[in-house]
Amino acid sequence: MGLFGRRRTGAKPRELVSQTTLDNTFDRRTFVIGAGMGGIGMILASRMAYIAIAENERWVLESESNRVNLSLIPPRRGWILDRNGAPLASNRADFRVDVIPDRLADPEKTLGVLSNILDLSTNNLADISKRIEEARGFQPIEVATGLNYDQFAAISVRLPDLPGVVPQRGFSRFYPTGPSVGHLIGYVGPASAEEYEENPDPLLITPGYKIGKDALEAQFEEELQGEPGARRVEVTASGRIVRDLETREDRQGASVRLTIDGPLQDYAARRIGLESGSCVVMDCESGDILCMSSMPSFDPNSFSAGIGRVEYSMLREDERVPLRNKVLKGLYPPGSTVKPMHCMAFLDAGVKPDEAIMCGGGRRIGNRFFNCWSNHGRVDMAKAIYQSCDSYFYHFAQQIGFQKVAEWAHKMGLGEEFDLPVASQFYGTVPDPAWKQRKYDQAWQPYDTVNASIGQGYYLVNPLQLAVMSARLATGYKVMPHLRMDDRRPKFEHFDFSSDEIDYVRQAMSDVVNGPGTAGRARLPIEGIQMAGKTGTAQVVSLSVSDGRSGPWKYRDHGLFVFFAPFDKPKYAGAVVIEHGGGSGAAYPIARDVMTFLFDPVKGMEALRPLEEQWGGTASQRLEAKYRAYAAAAGEVVEPVPLRTEQIFDQVDAEARLAQRQSEELAQQQRSSRAEGSPSPSTPSGPSSMTEDQVE
Amino acid sequence: MSNIVPAPVARQPWMMLFPLFALIGFGALVLTSAAAGNFEAYAQSHLIRFAIFIVMAVVISRFGRDVVGLLAYPAYIAILLLVIAVEIVGQVGGGSQRWLELGPIRIQPSELMKPAVVLALAQYYGSLPVGMVPTWRALMPAAAIILLPMAFVLLQPDLGTSLAIAFGGFVVLFLAGLPLRWFVLSGIAAIALAPVAFFVGLQDYQQKRVLTFLDPENDPLGDGYQITQSKIAIGSGGMFGKGFNEGSQSHLNYLPEPHTDFVFATMAEEWGFAGGLFTIGAFGLILFWGLKVAKASTDRFAKLLAAGMTATIFFYVAINLLMVMGFAPVVGIPLPFISHGGSSMMTNMICIGVLMMVHRWNQKSPRTGLILS
Repeated sequence: MGLFGRRRTGAKPRELVSQTTLDNTFDRRTFVIGAGMGGIGMILASRMAYIAIAENERWVLESESNRVNLSLIPPRRGWILDRNGAPLASNRADFRVDVIPDRLADPEKTLGVLSNILDLSTNNLADISKRIEEARGFQPIEVATGLNYDQFAAISVRLPDLPGVVPQRGFSRFYPTGPSVGHLIGYVGPASAEEYEENPDPLLITPGYKIGKDALEAQFEEELQGEPGARRVEVTASGRIVRDLETREDRQGASVRLTIDGPLQDYAARRIGLESGSCVVMDCESGDILCMSSMPSFDPNSFSAGIGRVEYSMLREDERVPLRNKVLKGLYPPGSTVKPMHCMAFLDAGVKPDEAIMCGGGRRIGNRFFNCWSNHGRVDMAKAIYQSCDSYFYHFAQQIGFQKVAEWAHKMGLGEEFDLPVASQFYGTVPDPAWKQRKYDQAWQPYDTVNASIGQGYYLVNPLQLAVMSARLATGYKVMPHLRMDDRRPKFEHFDFSSDEIDYVRQAMSDVVNGPGTAGRARLPIEGIQMAGKTGTAQVVSLSVSDGRSGPWKYRDHGLFVFFAPFDKPKYAGAVVIEHGGGSGAAYPIARDVMTFLFDPVKGMEALRPLEEQWGGTASQRLEAKYRAYAAAAGEVVEPVPLRTEQIFDQVDAEARLAQRQSEELAQQQRSSRAEGSPSPSTPSGPSSMTEDQVE
Repeated sequence: MSNIVPAPVARQPWMMLFPLFALIGFGALVLTSAAAGNFEAYAQSHLIRFAIFIVMAVVISRFGRDVVGLLAYPAYIAILLLVIAVEIVGQVGGGSQRWLELGPIRIQPSELMKPAVVLALAQYYGSLPVGMVPTWRALMPAAAIILLPMAFVLLQPDLGTSLAIAFGGFVVLFLAGLPLRWFVLSGIAAIALAPVAFFVGLQDYQQKRVLTFLDPENDPLGDGYQITQSKIAIGSGGMFGKGFNEGSQSHLNYLPEPHTDFVFATMAEEWGFAGGLFTIGAFGLILFWGLKVAKASTDRFAKLLAAGMTATIFFYVAINLLMVMGFAPVVGIPLPFISHGGSSMMTNMICIGVLMMVHRWNQKSPRTGLILS
C-alpha cells in the first residue's frame, strides 16, 4: 500500500508532491518493477524446469517421433514348392509404386502424373481411382508393380511434388505356371480394411505387404508369412531422409512343400485345353495328390494388386466359370464311373462275379421296364463293367438294396470331405432312403435305386472324390489324399476284400481300355504299362431338352473317366471330368495323355504339342490373348469389380451351390437313366448310337 | 583488489559486461548450431555486429548530460519522421515495409523508436516542474510522445514493436510518479478495449496467432505447430541438453526460425535447463545492474532514462521467452544478444550504451562514487 503512495497522491495531490516524494516514489516503484521482472524471471525458469525436467520424458518421446521414422520392410513370403522342390509360387524382386490416399494432396493430379509415366490404361486408372475412393485413407493402394528402372527413377525424382506416392524396391509374388496353379494355390493381395480393423498391425498397411487370399496361400498364411524387417531413418520436417539409423532384415517365411508334381499339374491344365474341366491324379500307395488341375482358370499373378475390372468382367462372363475350382467345388453326377465301386458293394453282399443276368436292352424292375443303352445279352460282372451295362446294376442294386451300396460309396470316398488344407470342398450327395426322407420327405422308390445304381439321380460327387474312389478301388486300401509333402503318411486301412476280388475288378476295368470295353482309345502308348479305367457320362438336362452331345454347350453331357495304372500293380490313380464334354469321349483322351506324361514326359509332350497348335497356344498364352481381345472389345465400358476380392469367390461358390440344386431338381424327374451316353430309347439303333459306340 | 586492477579497468561496469559478453559468446555457439554447425552462416556476422555495436555503445556512453538533454527531442522527432517516411514509402511501393534502404545498411526506424521514446519521455519528465507531474495537463504531451509513434508503427503493421514502445513509455510514466489510479484505470480500460483491439486492430494472421496461443492443441499441424515444436525442443533438452550441435529439432527443421525468434528453443534443446538458467540468469544480472544504475543516479532525467532503457531490454527478453515457452502468442520479437539480427542488436546495444552513459555520469557525480559495481 505504502509503496504505491495511493493515499498521498489520491487524497491531497499537489501539496505533497516534491522532489523528495518523487524520488521516494521512484525508488519504491523501481523496486516493484524489479520485483516484477524477477517474478517473470522466476516464472520462466520454473516453466522451463517443468517442461524440461518434469515433462522431459514426454517431449523426448515427441522429439524422437519427429526425428525417427520407422518403416517396416514387408517380409518375403515363403515359397510354395512342388514335390521335387521346384517353385509353384516364388518371389520376384521388382520395383513397385503405391499411393497412400491420406497423404495425397491432389489425387487426380498425382494419378495423372503417374499414369503418364507408367502409361496406365483408362480402365486401369478407373480401377485405381475407385480403390482410392473406397479405401480407408491409411491403406496403401497399389498403382503398379514390375516397373522398369527408368519408370521407377522418373517417379522417384518427382517425389517432392508427389506427396503420398511410395515407390519401392520390393518383392512380388510370382507364379511361374500362372493359370495352371490358380485354383490350387490361390493368390495374394493387400489386407482389407476389415482385416486391419480386426488386427491393427501396422504391417498390414505397409505398402507392398500381401497376405494369402485364397486356397493354399490363405491356408498356409502363418507359415508363409515370415517376419517383417524394419528400417529406422532420420527424417527432416519435410520428410527428406537424412540417414539410415538401423535396419533389421526381414525373415523370409518358411516354404511349404506340396505333394503336387509341378510339371504334371501344368501338363494336365494345358491338356484340358479348350474344355472346361478338371483332372486329379494321386499316388495310390501314399495318397499324395500329384495334380489337381481345374480349367479354365485365372492368372494369380495378375490378381495380387486386386482384380482389374476388365479381367474380372472377362472371367465373370465366361460360362465355363474360370473362377470356380472344379476339383473341389464342381459337383457332377458320377454316371457309370461308380459302377466298379458298386460291384465291390455287390461282392461284399455276396454276389458272385459269375452270376449273370440277361440284358434285353433293359430290365424290368418292380413293375416297370428300365432301358439300358444297348442290348448286351448275357452279362456277368466283368462284362457289366467293361461294357457298362445298366441292366446289371439295376438288377443287383435292387437285389441288395441301395442302402448297402450307399454305405460302400461312402467307404470309397464319395460324399466325404477329406482332411486337406483347402478353404472349402463341396462334398456332394450319395443318396439313400434316409437321406431322401430327410431332404424331400418322400419315400425311396425303385426308380431311385435304378437311377442311383448307374450314378445318376441325386448322386453328386466332385472329381477329387472320384480320384480317391479310383485309388481305393485299385488298391483295396482306404487311401487318404493329402497335399503336404511333410505330412505323416498313416498306414491305410484295408478293405475286407480278397485279392482275387480286387484282381477281378481291376481286370474288368483294364478291359474297359485294353479289352472289349468302352474306352479303347484310352490305351497308353507305352510298352508294358496298361491303364485301367471306367468311363462315365452324366446327363445334365432331361432328354426332352437335349440329346446330350450336340446343341448348346451347357446342355451337353458331362464326360467322366476314372483310372489307375499300371492296372496290375496300381501306382497312380485319378479322375478326369469334362463339363459338358458331350460324353466320356471328351475325358479319357485327357487321362491317357496325362498318364502318358507321368510315365514318359517326352511322349506326353509330343501328344500335347499338335493340340496346342490347334488351340492357339498354351493355357497362359490363350488366357493372355483372350484378355487382350476382351479388353479391346470391351473398350471403356467395363463394370467395376466388387470391393473385396473375397466377395468374388463367395459369389462363385454361391453359384456353384445353385448349380448343384438344379441338378437335384433334374433328379426328381422320373426318367429312365442313361449312362455312357446310351441312346434314347426311341432310337435304339439310330446313327447317334453308332457314333457313340465308336467313342465309348 | 582496486589496488591491483588499474582504475580505468575497474571503473567499467563489469557486472553488466561479463554477462553480456557471455551471452554474445553463447549466442554465437547457438547460432553456429542453428546453421547445422556452420559458423559462417549466422554466428560470424553476429560477432561482427556485436563488435561494431559495442564500439557504438562506448561512443554513446561518452556523451555528456547536457548534450543528451539537448538532443532528446530532435532525435525523437527525426526518428518519428523516419517512421512516417517508411510508412509513406511503403504505401507508395505497395504493401507493408518496415525499413529504409541506406546503401548497404537497412535501417528499421521503428526499432530506433523504442529508445527514442524513452529518451524523450525522460527528458520531458526530467524537466517538468515537480508539482506538475500528477496533472492531466502534463500528461497530454507525454501521451502524445508515446501514441504518435505507436500509431504509425501499428500501421506498418508491427504489433510487437508498438507494444515494445508502449511498454517502455509506460514504465517511464510509472516511475515518473504519476498517480497510481491512472494506471489502474487505464488497465481496466485496456482490458475492456482488448476485444475491440483484437477485432479492429489486428490483422487476420495476428488474430490467428492469438487464438492459437489460447488453444495451441487446436491446430497442432498449423498455427500451433510452432509453439508445439518449440516446447518439444525445450522439453527434450532435459537437464543438460543433447549436447552442442546435437539438437534434432533445429537440425531437421522441425523448429521454425531456429536462429531468430526461436533461438532460445534451439539453445535449450542442446544445453538443457542448465543453459536456460544461465541465459535467464545473465539477463537477470544485466537488468538488475540497469535498475541499480537508475536508482543510483541523483538526476531525475538520468534515473528515468536508465530505468526506461532497462525496461526496453526486459520487454524483449520477457516476451520472447514467454513466447517460446507457450505463454504468449507468437510475435516476431527476437531474444536480445542471442538471436541473429542487426536491428534488435542495435536497439539493445543503444540501450546498453545509454545505461553505460548514465553509469559514467553516476561515477562522476560525487554522491555516487560510493556505488560498488
